[in-house]
Amino acid sequence: MSRDTVLELTEITKRFGDLLANDAISLSLKQGELLALLGENGAGKTTLMNILFGHYTADSGTVKVFGSELPPGRPRMAIEAGVGMVHQHFTLAGNLSVLDNIMIGTEGLGQWRSGRRAARNKLMVLADRFGLGVDPEALVSELSVGEKQRVEILKALFRDARILILDEPTAVLTQIEAARLFETLNAMTEDGLSVIFISHKLAEVMTASNRVVILRAGAVVAERNTADTDRAELAELMVGRRVTRPVREDQQPGDNVLDLANVDVVENGRKQLDDVSLTVRAGEILGIIGVSGNGQSSLGRLTSGLVGASSGQMTYDGTTTDRFTPRQLVANATGRIPEDRNTEGAVGEMSLWENAVLERIGDKRFSRHGIVDRNGCRAFTADLIERFDVRGAGPQTPTRQLSGGNMQKMILGRNLASVPKLVIANQPTRGLDEGAIAAVHGELLAARKAGAAIVLISEDLDEVVALADRIQAIFKGRLSAPIAADDADPQRIGLMMAGIWEGDHAA
Amino acid sequence: MMEAVDILFSASLWGAVLRIATPLIFGTLGALICERSGVLNLGIEGIMTLGAMVAWMTVFQGGGLWTGLLVAALCGGMFGLLHAVLTVPLGLSQHVTGLGITLFASSLTYYIYRLALPVSSSPPTIEPFQPLAIPGLSDIPFFGEALFSQTAPTYLAILAIVVTAYILIRTPLGLAIRMTGENPHAVEAQGLNPTRIRIGAVVVGSALMAIGGSFLTTATFNSFFPTMVQGRGWVCIALVVFASWRPGKALLGALLFALFDAYQLRLQHVVEGGVPYQLFLMVPYVLSIVALIVMSRRARVPQALMAPYRKGER
Repeated sequence: MSRDTVLELTEITKRFGDLLANDAISLSLKQGELLALLGENGAGKTTLMNILFGHYTADSGTVKVFGSELPPGRPRMAIEAGVGMVHQHFTLAGNLSVLDNIMIGTEGLGQWRSGRRAARNKLMVLADRFGLGVDPEALVSELSVGEKQRVEILKALFRDARILILDEPTAVLTQIEAARLFETLNAMTEDGLSVIFISHKLAEVMTASNRVVILRAGAVVAERNTADTDRAELAELMVGRRVTRPVREDQQPGDNVLDLANVDVVENGRKQLDDVSLTVRAGEILGIIGVSGNGQSSLGRLTSGLVGASSGQMTYDGTTTDRFTPRQLVANATGRIPEDRNTEGAVGEMSLWENAVLERIGDKRFSRHGIVDRNGCRAFTADLIERFDVRGAGPQTPTRQLSGGNMQKMILGRNLASVPKLVIANQPTRGLDEGAIAAVHGELLAARKAGAAIVLISEDLDEVVALADRIQAIFKGRLSAPIAADDADPQRIGLMMAGIWEGDHAA
Repeated sequence: MMEAVDILFSASLWGAVLRIATPLIFGTLGALICERSGVLNLGIEGIMTLGAMVAWMTVFQGGGLWTGLLVAALCGGMFGLLHAVLTVPLGLSQHVTGLGITLFASSLTYYIYRLALPVSSSPPTIEPFQPLAIPGLSDIPFFGEALFSQTAPTYLAILAIVVTAYILIRTPLGLAIRMTGENPHAVEAQGLNPTRIRIGAVVVGSALMAIGGSFLTTATFNSFFPTMVQGRGWVCIALVVFASWRPGKALLGALLFALFDAYQLRLQHVVEGGVPYQLFLMVPYVLSIVALIVMSRRARVPQALMAPYRKGER
């Protein structure tokens, strides 16, 4: 088999202000290869691919595709040279049809007619060939995330891409969808296409790629054939040190902090939680495991005071009610780590210090007589940044500039800085890289040790087994009875996640 | 009471509806094109005033009527370019810039008008567009008088609706404009330049607005006075929402508003005594608000409307 080099990046360097995002990076891609670009958040992977595609212009360095150099900063030239890119944040218009989204930019703007029928046929042939079924006339906003990604891939194939770049393609997919995606990518490489995918997930890199290039702090630190390496080595290369996730130590729990008794929640006319009961005690982590979409979001909103129970009772710290209010929860030292940090956890346009104090701005530490004590707030934030290892930011930095992991550390920090009574952590490590996951786990365990009662809602089996004292599964809005973590084996939890638990049939 | 109903069956009412609707059709189309690309253009009121004056002045100085419309379109396009440069590459607030353009264009219009005609007791008039009876069709009873005895710019307005709808829906250019209004990043990722598309759409849209204004002086009032646009620009902005950003519905909206207006004018003569005429003047606006409430609750707003696009930012 001939293995020609189809893509060559040479000495790519890019600075954003003081930040050296890409430091003289060189890499090459051979035909028919599935190359993984592995690195933590902020390692410079996306920047490098954006330079390759022409979204950014490199300060120095060259990009060669099929032997000829690409002019910098021109996506159109990259597309014409045969490069297709699937962005992490989809570049689709929800109000337009699939076919519209695929055809944009493929025809001359001076044309008086759009060749929709021919385009539609070409699309159907491509979809068929790679098993990427879509309805060309469907509105993009009505598609699932997995289908939207299929449209993105089809967009690239439609323009005859020979080199496909995917930026964290599995970040938004379920495990089943992710497995399907890699099947598709395999079919493409067998067809002669060449693929680069960006990832920070070791498992998928090990199973899917032929070769791995590891980036750290903007530079290539190593390159391995996937067959010659293992997860442990890759983890160490990626993070730059040995990462071990912390594990809980035995500890005697205290009094009941939060009790839910036979709670129903109805949202948008549908019963999202059905006869749910749980208890969490001081100094204990209760894990709620389940595939997402089984009522976790409602449970999070219920315990954050955003919705009330339509029946049943909740007791928190001795007070019984059917609805918490956010203000009362904050006053009661409750830490809330919301499911979606970008929309519910932080205000992107506001600075780090504003976000850090927002929930508790009435505190004496942060304001007096209705006037904000900026110095106090900033000092508190600077303290948070140091204690919780928030990187790449100062108190004045706009929060949207933080990477996901660092934003999550800030949210954790503001909730855990003074020991809370209760913490509701909803999917706290979703989308984070190894280093950040270990940090978040460490902080949750520290809060447990200090006596906080913690509800950990997660779909990550390893995470729940490592952290939780007791585990309940959530399925179609119902909760199983708790089992002790010591009795939990993956098979039993797997069954519970599918709604099969003793003495009860939740299906 | 019967008289109030009879009005609805007079051909002269329906003829007036088309005439009143013409500037609204041009203005609404112009605003619609701008907004479909993602730019709100509140400069419309000023640009229509400017168009009205420039077209009138061209004819008054001896130019032809069509030359007047062309000059109006050019001037409108220039102010559109100003709005586009400020809001698209520079990313300034579209609201504030648009209102600024309206104030600037209106004042400049009045200034130039006064500069050219220092003294005037009553505003001088020009020879306007004459009704253009379409042979054959204009002889049909009722419909002939109502629909086919209009001035040329009115026919042009109807044609503009058809052409705009075709371009937006059927051509690659139209897709590019719509996509830019929905998600400019998607446009850029496919190798097109959303900044250029937006500037182009705003320039063309503003030219149409100015033509709408020019209709007032070249076909309706025959002379220019500074307050003559009288909020028609703002009505157009509302009509775009009413129309859910669709050209066909924009025509419907403009006709509906014009119908209310033509009807209240005639109603004033029929209803006797005691009712202040200002009450009738309010009718089209009140009914428009009601129609807006009914029609636009499910309107599909361009997702990137008023969101400045900067390359390499999300």
